[in-house]
Amino acid sequence: MINTPTETNLDTVQASPKMAARGVNVYYGDNHAIKDIDLNLYADEVTSLIGPSGCGKSTFLRCLNRMNDTIPICRVSGQILLEDDDIYTSGIDVVQLRARVGMVFQKPNPFPKSIYDNIAYGPRIHGLAAHRTDLDEIVTTSLEKAGLWQEVKDRLDTSGTALSGGQQQRLCIARAIAVNPEVILMDEPCSALDPIATAKIESLIDELSGRYAIIIVTHSMQQAARISRKTAFFHLGEMVEYGDTTEIFTSPKEDRTRDYITGRIG
Amino acid sequence: MTDRSKITTVNSSVPTDWKSDAMQARIGRRYRRERIFRSLGLAAVVISVLFLVFLLGNIVKNGAYGFMQTSVSLDVTFNADLLGDPSVLSAEEFTEKVRKTNMLRLIQASMRDLFPDVKGRRDTRALLRLVSTGARAQLRDMILANPSLVGNTERVELLTSDDIDQVIKGNIDITLAEANRKVKDKELSWLKTLQDDDRISLDFHSQFLTGGDSREPELAGVWGAIVGSALTLMVTLVTAFPIGLFAAVYLEEFAPKNRFTDIIEININNLAAVPSIVFGLLGLAVFLSVMGMPRSAPIVGGLTLALLTLPTVIIASRASIAAVPPSIRDAARGLGASPMQVVFHHVIPLAMPGIMTGTIIGMARALGESAPLLMIGMVAFIVDIPGSINDAATVLPVQIYLWADSPERAFVEKTSAAIMVLLFFLIAMNGVAIWLRQKFEQKW
Amino acid sequence: MAMISFALIRQRSVAVVGGATQQLHSLPRYHGYFAAVRVFIPCIFLFLLWLVGGEAVIENLIISGLPDALKSTNSEQISLVLNRIQLAVQHGEQSTSDANILAAAERYSSLYNKGLWSTFWLTVAIGLTGYYLSKNRTQANFRARNNFEKTMSITLAASSFLAIVVTLGIVASLIFESLRFFQQIPIQDFLFGLHWSPQTALRADQVASAGAFGAIPLFAGTFLISLLAMMVAGPIGLFAAIYLTQYANQRVRAVAKPVLEILAGVPTVVYGFFAALTVAPMLRDAGGAIGVDVASESALAAGLVMGVMIIPFVSSLSDDAITAVPSSLKDGSFALGATKAETISQVLLPAALPGVVGAFLLAISRAIGETMIVVMAAGMRPNLTANPLEAVTTVTVQIVALLTGDQEFDSPKTLSAFALGLALFVITLLLNIAALRMVRKYREAYD
Ligand SMILES: Nc1ncnc2c1ncn2[C@@H]1O[C@H](COP(=O)(O)OP(=O)(O)OP(=O)(O)O)[C@@H](O)[C@H]1O
Ligand SMILES: [Mg+2]
Repeated sequence: MINTPTETNLDTVQASPKMAARGVNVYYGDNHAIKDIDLNLYADEVTSLIGPSGCGKSTFLRCLNRMNDTIPICRVSGQILLEDDDIYTSGIDVVQLRARVGMVFQKPNPFPKSIYDNIAYGPRIHGLAAHRTDLDEIVTTSLEKAGLWQEVKDRLDTSGTALSGGQQQRLCIARAIAVNPEVILMDEPCSALDPIATAKIESLIDELSGRYAIIIVTHSMQQAARISRKTAFFHLGEMVEYGDTTEIFTSPKEDRTRDYITGRIG
Repeated sequence: MTDRSKITTVNSSVPTDWKSDAMQARIGRRYRRERIFRSLGLAAVVISVLFLVFLLGNIVKNGAYGFMQTSVSLDVTFNADLLGDPSVLSAEEFTEKVRKTNMLRLIQASMRDLFPDVKGRRDTRALLRLVSTGARAQLRDMILANPSLVGNTERVELLTSDDIDQVIKGNIDITLAEANRKVKDKELSWLKTLQDDDRISLDFHSQFLTGGDSREPELAGVWGAIVGSALTLMVTLVTAFPIGLFAAVYLEEFAPKNRFTDIIEININNLAAVPSIVFGLLGLAVFLSVMGMPRSAPIVGGLTLALLTLPTVIIASRASIAAVPPSIRDAARGLGASPMQVVFHHVIPLAMPGIMTGTIIGMARALGESAPLLMIGMVAFIVDIPGSINDAATVLPVQIYLWADSPERAFVEKTSAAIMVLLFFLIAMNGVAIWLRQKFEQKW
Repeated sequence: MAMISFALIRQRSVAVVGGATQQLHSLPRYHGYFAAVRVFIPCIFLFLLWLVGGEAVIENLIISGLPDALKSTNSEQISLVLNRIQLAVQHGEQSTSDANILAAAERYSSLYNKGLWSTFWLTVAIGLTGYYLSKNRTQANFRARNNFEKTMSITLAASSFLAIVVTLGIVASLIFESLRFFQQIPIQDFLFGLHWSPQTALRADQVASAGAFGAIPLFAGTFLISLLAMMVAGPIGLFAAIYLTQYANQRVRAVAKPVLEILAGVPTVVYGFFAALTVAPMLRDAGGAIGVDVASESALAAGLVMGVMIIPFVSSLSDDAITAVPSSLKDGSFALGATKAETISQVLLPAALPGVVGAFLLAISRAIGETMIVVMAAGMRPNLTANPLEAVTTVTVQIVALLTGDQEFDSPKTLSAFALGLALFVITLLLNIAALRMVRKYREAYD
């Protein structure tokens, strides 16, 4: 019923995944939100998570950098590996983990600080820059990578909240990049944006895909098709199907996937 | 790892080396700071809790004895020669005679039996001072209530003076050198004799709860202040509740949204934060000077406190009126009710629990308030229990203030006990408010 | 009386239409309400008039009727005489032996009784008029409800207008009395003078002793104590709010919140007693133990206890400010790998800053206006010092000291209390306005 990781591994070139879920279950109190998920996520490629509302996409995503820790009633079992360490047990603590696995949220959430301080916040707390010049450099390159540099280079000290929605979201991406993560999680990063801003973010994701493992939750199947190499389809807390994006959208193996893609579930 | 190489990671795709010693040390430091920060927060909470415990513990410790008083049992002979014979005299003559008799002579007589070797005027006087000055009135009332006592000898419990009472309660350090304490060795030896004779007892003292104020700690009671507080609060309630409710209804339901109502709103919010003593000045200038109302009277105190609590009542009432969902108004209006009917028949009844809660909390605040009442003269020393809102009166918190100022050691426990009484009323009022809130709490 | 007419008119309205109530434009009840209001409002008005003006009228009558021996142009003497008359009214013959006074007292009581009765009958008459007027209008088509509602809405508007009247009353009475004070003492002497000793200025008729009314020592004392209080309440209140909103579990909150509410509900006179009786001696003993001289009524004791009193104030307002920060900001910070402390101190608090500053301003205004604690624990001696171990006095303490006990309303001593009150009112008002504006702006930013 579920495509086992071994099956998919045969199709992929890479040998070891950047992150992997092994038999992951998540409960909110009595609510069994994620059921027994196995999934490999590879560096240098974009993976989309799709599925109807409430199927557990965000929940799964938040497991990957332990953002679920902030919800008291949330309980996670199974293994989630970052490279070869289980992030729920090994010596990696959340502070490091979240620096390595960055996250971008559905609604842009810039801090009410200057653009510069928004970007510099992460590097400062992690001590990534010894000097002011280093920090400047991190800010510049992060903004450049997020494709925002040209638009804000003259007003780095204005408030991050004064930017447009699309700019804010790119600022949040730049902020995540600035701590030099290995994986970037994105939870519907475009759902609060207009089509033009969405297009910009999409091309940005495309550019970044070579450098980071990107996992993106999206409700737009077109978007998933445009930007991701791999797609996982979730339904009612289960992962129904995982495979190459083109395959999922053209010839899904499961009925439920087909129903969802053709608009019969959801 | 050098700093440089950390930076270059931004530009290259080399991951940050989180396992490096420098980074591990840094993370250790950050967690330490986290723990310190957290402990500071906890410390702040703990300090607050400890302070409250300390405050209340202190008051209860001091105040528990305030409800008790030491008395001495004496065998008093109701001498017919002194008091007159009720079987011979008419009722009025007897009363007159008893009133004119110095009851100290009865006490003196019974003391003489107990301490035959105490001679000399000064010692005799000192001996008499073991007994409270209130004992005279106590004996007189006994005789008038029961004239058949005359001619008999009865064992009577009389209050001791506050100093003796303090010795019994252990508040006067009798190990001090004699010159440094109020109670002298001679008095202590008499006290010892009385104790050995099992004549000294420490009992619950109901007069504290039923009596008026007095200069003598052992005779002072809080009833006058309680009645004063009740009268004052009654005036406050009768004034502040309807006005506050009406104002809230107007602002929430009828007021047009314009500059004027904006001003009223800002005004109310600011009024809520005006220091209470300023309301006292207002009361003094307007109620006393301009209107010529009586000083020290609950009516003035009540009106002043009403002005003080008005903002609280308005703000609470508005909040609970605003919480009534518009659907209820629409439904009522749909049935053809006029706006006034909608409000008075549907909205206010639904908002009532919240309004009452707010009002009770406002009243509790008024009950604890003393500063404005000092301004309008409710600090007078008043023995009588006030009978109406025009009589001179004092209130519980002001009584506490007055007693706290008294030099006698015995007033410390009286003050603490009065605080306990005040806190009891406050807790009761807040308890009712909480009960109301929980009983009628509605999630719309 | 209003109730009676309510019942009567209600019945009448039913009677008019012969029991067929549906023919009435308004429900019978409303005819009743209308009548009751018609009766009640003029009556209450008249009664208030009597309360306010009655005594003054009688006093004037008495004074004009006094024999020449007692007549005097001096207003103080007149009030003295009046006092004696009042005493005689209350206590009868024991209080005085002056026949004139006794006669006047008799006249006073009889006038008073006459006045009372005439007010009463006038009230009854007006009430009856109101009753008949409404009775005549009790007809089937009379729009009693609309009329009643009009009266009601005027009452409602008047009630809320009263809030303004109170403020105006405060401002007017403070300014009026202060102006009288500043006629005698120049305002700059008051505001910038370094010496405060109003006790020397007793009565106008005494040897020219103006007293000194330099309020700087009072302002300084107030400032010192408020500063001490904020040094206690600021950090403790803020950290308590942080701990309770960000760290504490349900159980800790269930204990700590009520504790803070109780701290806020304890009357200030209790804090004052505690400061004077427990904290001050403790500090003195502690100071004695380490060889520091602490006054028995030190600014420190009052400041510390006042600080505890405003902890709940700071913490609950800061709590509101912190919880109003959208949780997405917190998530954003956590997602970057920040610790909780870093998130709180670098994201949450800066975002909540306007609200927190507003809370602090309100707390300062509270501290400045607080009276009982300082009256009981801070002392009376004007003292221009920055040393918290000494005794200082504050604006509120002096207001109380000036106005308790016997007062002469015209002396600069009494009037200076109003000038102090005005200063207090203006300062706290400015603080409140600034704080409310800040909090409001802050709320708008996140709504
Ligand atoms: N904080 C929470 N507390 C309790 N239950 C939660 C919480 N967050 C999510 N859930 C539950 O977990 C399940 C999965 O929710 P999740 O947010 O992961 O869905 P989703 O796939 O992201 O939906 P959407 O597409 O609408 O964002 C839902 O049933 C939801 O009710
Ligand atoms: Mg989601």
